[in-house]
Amino acid sequence: MTDTSVEDRPTGADASKPRLAPTDIRNPDYFHKVVDCQWACPAHTPVPEYIRLIAAGRYSDAYMINWKSNVFPGILGRTCDRPCEPACRRGRVETDPVAICRLKRVAADNKDDIRARLPRPPAQKNGKRVALIGAGPASLTVARDLLPLGYHVVLFDQDPHAGGMMRTQIPKFRLPETVLDEEVGYILDMQPELRLGHRVDSLKAVLAEGFDAVFIGSGAPRGRDLGIPGRKEAAANIHIGIDWLAGVAFGHITRIGRRVIVLGGGNTAMDCCRSSRRLGGEDVRVVVRSGFDEMKASPWEKEDAMHEGIPIHNYLAPKAFTHANGRLTGVVFEKVAAKYDDKGRRTLVPTGEPDVHMECDDVLIAIGQENAFPWIERDIGIEFDRWGMPKVDPVTMQSTRPGVFFGGDAAFGPKNIIWAVAHGHQAAVSIDKFCHGEDIRERPPPNVNLVSQKMGIHEWSYDNEISLDKRHKVPLRELDVALKDIRTEVELGFDRRLAWLEAQRCLNCDVQTVFTSNLCIECDACVDICPMDCITFTENGPEDEVRTRLKAPAINPTQALYVSDSLKTGRIMVKDEDVCLHCGLCAERCPTGAWDMQKFLLETAQAGTACRSR
Amino acid sequence: MTYLAKPKLHHPRLPTNKLGYTRRDYEGAVSTLCAGCGHDSISAAIIEACFELDIEPHRVAKLSGIGCSSKTPTYFLGNSHGFNSVHGRMPSVLTGANLANRDLIYMGVSGDGDSASIGLGQFAHCIRRGVNMVYIVENNGVYGLTKGQFSATADKGSKNKRGVMNTDLPIDLVGLALQLGATYVARSFSGDKKQLVPLIKGAILHHGAAFIDCISPCVAFNNHPGSTKSFDYVREHNEAVNRLDVMVPREPITADYAAGTVEEIVQHDSSVLRLRKLAADYDPHDRIAAMAYLQQRQAAGEIVTGLLYVEESAQDLHDYLGTVDKPLNALSDAELCPGAEALEAFNAMYR
Ligand SMILES: Cc1cc2nc3c(=O)[nH]c(=O)nc-3n(C[C@H](O)[C@H](O)[C@H](O)COP(=O)(O)OP(=O)(O)OC[C@H]3O[C@@H](n4cnc5c(N)ncnc54)[C@H](O)[C@@H]3O)c2cc1C
Ligand SMILES: Cc1ncc(C[n+]2csc(CCOP(=O)(O)OP(=O)(O)O)c2C)c(N)n1
Ligand code: SF4
Ligand code: SF4
Ligand code: SF4
Ligand SMILES: [Mg+2]
Repeated sequence: MTDTSVEDRPTGADASKPRLAPTDIRNPDYFHKVVDCQWACPAHTPVPEYIRLIAAGRYSDAYMINWKSNVFPGILGRTCDRPCEPACRRGRVETDPVAICRLKRVAADNKDDIRARLPRPPAQKNGKRVALIGAGPASLTVARDLLPLGYHVVLFDQDPHAGGMMRTQIPKFRLPETVLDEEVGYILDMQPELRLGHRVDSLKAVLAEGFDAVFIGSGAPRGRDLGIPGRKEAAANIHIGIDWLAGVAFGHITRIGRRVIVLGGGNTAMDCCRSSRRLGGEDVRVVVRSGFDEMKASPWEKEDAMHEGIPIHNYLAPKAFTHANGRLTGVVFEKVAAKYDDKGRRTLVPTGEPDVHMECDDVLIAIGQENAFPWIERDIGIEFDRWGMPKVDPVTMQSTRPGVFFGGDAAFGPKNIIWAVAHGHQAAVSIDKFCHGEDIRERPPPNVNLVSQKMGIHEWSYDNEISLDKRHKVPLRELDVALKDIRTEVELGFDRRLAWLEAQRCLNCDVQTVFTSNLCIECDACVDICPMDCITFTENGPEDEVRTRLKAPAINPTQALYVSDSLKTGRIMVKDEDVCLHCGLCAERCPTGAWDMQKFLLETAQAGTACRSR
Repeated sequence: MTYLAKPKLHHPRLPTNKLGYTRRDYEGAVSTLCAGCGHDSISAAIIEACFELDIEPHRVAKLSGIGCSSKTPTYFLGNSHGFNSVHGRMPSVLTGANLANRDLIYMGVSGDGDSASIGLGQFAHCIRRGVNMVYIVENNGVYGLTKGQFSATADKGSKNKRGVMNTDLPIDLVGLALQLGATYVARSFSGDKKQLVPLIKGAILHHGAAFIDCISPCVAFNNHPGSTKSFDYVREHNEAVNRLDVMVPREPITADYAAGTVEEIVQHDSSVLRLRKLAADYDPHDRIAAMAYLQQRQAAGEIVTGLLYVEESAQDLHDYLGTVDKPLNALSDAELCPGAEALEAFNAMYR
């Protein structure tokens, strides 16, 4: 017998080299990674699952899936940093990712009253007391996870209201107070003991109260200053961005000068300039040392600022504040250019061109945030590194002192809400195990479910038609209305019709292509029908080399190859997961059912009996 | 069959050919054949071959008869000309079309029932006339469309799905094509595109009657143990005599092959067929030896595949008839009706 295809075996397929091993789909990580958005979400929200529910008009159900994973769907649906979107497969298949974040908002906006579906603290407490320092999203997540288990939770914050920077920093035109109050309220309704309005000045003192565990979610509260000439003299009109935003949030600040310069290129700078536009600033400009593309702000934040008539000036390094008679008159900038060394590292060097002077009435400094833990004594077993950051285990969130945990911006420096939530969940798991005398390093596995979606010969229980629509834009309020009042929300959100259209763009990446080797007769039907050239039957070999000789070369090494056992002809089936549409055509065309479409639902384990071994 | 249309989206790095088309641009409507049918793989191979040869879709005419195989032209080259004729009558329609317009590429797609049973006579005459075409029989040994009766190519002794044995001798279309003077004869297998795609490309470039017998398992009615046209049986008994690479225009040989194992055949249009020999003693230029070889190997139970015969400087029907270079359908009235004087002169020749 001659297996004719063997004749074409490439010379690279050397038997002595390592060959691809069959994929172990029982490892939950394998299919989890295929769901790019869920994998990228720090809280691992089952994104396609809730998007399908939105498409079906089941907004409350979609909301509850979110609420379970990320605690603040209405808030995050407006403000999330959306690490899921750059990861979204749609962005590789077409041009733009699915508007995942704004779909989340649709669930929140359109849900019914879901309060009856929320867990309630049991009448019988479990006798354990936990202190949470700071009432930002990290601590609130810990509270939400532990209160229904019967913990007595004490929430400390220096501010009079819970919410942390979601309340004190994020401007109301991006996040209305009603939305914040509602979702923070769901947690406060579980009745933690509140100690709001006074600052914790000594961790020792808190520990002395004999808590079973302490969680520190105090954030990164200090704004970085800029010590250049003129700073002192013109101090009255130079403000630290995050302090100024907090003043605005609390209503202490209601006006700013007509001409405002915002220094810095991050999201705080974007909130500062957009807030200024609403408080009297007419000539508001952002000035950044780096180039436009290297700015820290998310692309959509920059877009929103420019849409509001705020120019962004790049490659200008502030050199001095100018002032006259004790009043700020402007800022002098040195022109710089980016230079790259042979390692690709960037430095900004002066171009030698004449300096630029920009006149202004006020300056907002938004060049970074820092942690500060003056209230944590250094002799209580909590070690800090040389940058003043606590040593925290990235998995358990525990500090070097057993029973003291960190999370959110306090743990590893400023990040965002969704990371604070993710930390909160993991810390809650650790605290729950710790309080029950278990080893917190043993992490509970996720809850995983894999179910065939086949209903009939051409019927699937998911909508496998692929929409060709481009990403839909979120409608905005007219500019002149939006700029009149700092409390007017700018984004209107998708209406139900637009939401449905946008939901159709989701590829259902959680509906997995599952291959059963011993059913395959190698007829090629799946290879021929696959619109994306994902599937190849070929000789085994080392991964690097196999990747080059697939029907479409698999050049994205971050995306897995799904590899079968050896088939009858001695070849293997290799599927490149990279750009699969999850359309199910391979399964429809397979005569033997060797391909099936199966829905993979993964829920990260949260605190509770399921996460404990006893 | 599939109800869902194949999504328009394609691989972001899908290559384009010289015309700027992707392979997807050569597809047709979504197939309504049974899932796993070998015929769909042949459609995919035709698509690949036309894409690789940079063929302008409007320069192709697809003609077929009746059968699952004859339905397939709907599923490839959606922008080409097509004619779905009567059962077994494709060869005559193709001959007529070719006479009227010699400028198109003619692709006759047929089944073993269509060509070896009802259409055997048509097949024979079309081949012996040397019509310039690619004639592909998608050979599954059964009448797939009418639920799996044995066709005239079913092997004697092979069994149908219910275990009933076929008692008639098979017609070997390759043997017939050789005997009737086809100038490019090949056999292949739908499950081996690496072999099939170059054979189709070579056939398209061939000037003359090119015939490909492509074994194509019918998953619904003829893919069981006892069948000699099943995936498993064909894979076990497949003996390729050579491997073909097709190059247009002439490109230098890059791969290294042992001396004497590679032969280059330059066709009419200076395209190059590079043959890598697998059976050392097989000579694809010797029609009579090829016929003998095929019969011997068939008696030994083998299915011989590859480029079995090729005549590089072949002629076609138009050459034999001495027709004008210009397609008949493009001739003007003046050329077609040269006037009473010309008629008179013509008639005078017969007086
Ligand atoms: C201007 C600005 C805009 C932002 N926009 C976004 C956005 O759009 N999306 C996003 O995801 N993230 C955004 N962030 C980041 C986000 O707000 C934080 O990452 C997140 O709030 C961190 O949560 P946390 O729970 O760790 O701490 P925080 O939210 O910072 O909460 C910490 C709390 O601890 C309290 N606290 C601190 N020390 C003490 C003490 N000693 N005693 C008592 N209480 C104390 C503070 O008062 C505060 O309420 C933004 C940040 C800024 C500055
Ligand atoms: C004149 C005529 N006789 C009989 C039929 C019935 N009929 C339809 S398809 C077919 C056989 C097709 O067999 P084949 O060419 O092998 O195609 P396959 O379906 O196997 O691909 C027959 C007998 C017909 N359509 N027309
Ligand atoms: S689901 Fe199947 S046919 Fe569809 S793109 Fe993915 S591998 Fe290809
Ligand atoms: S369609 Fe099914 S049987 Fe055919 S090659 Fe693909 S997986 Fe195998
Ligand atoms: S009946 Fe046979 S030949 Fe016809 S489509 Fe089905 S598998 Fe193919
Ligand atoms: Mg047939």
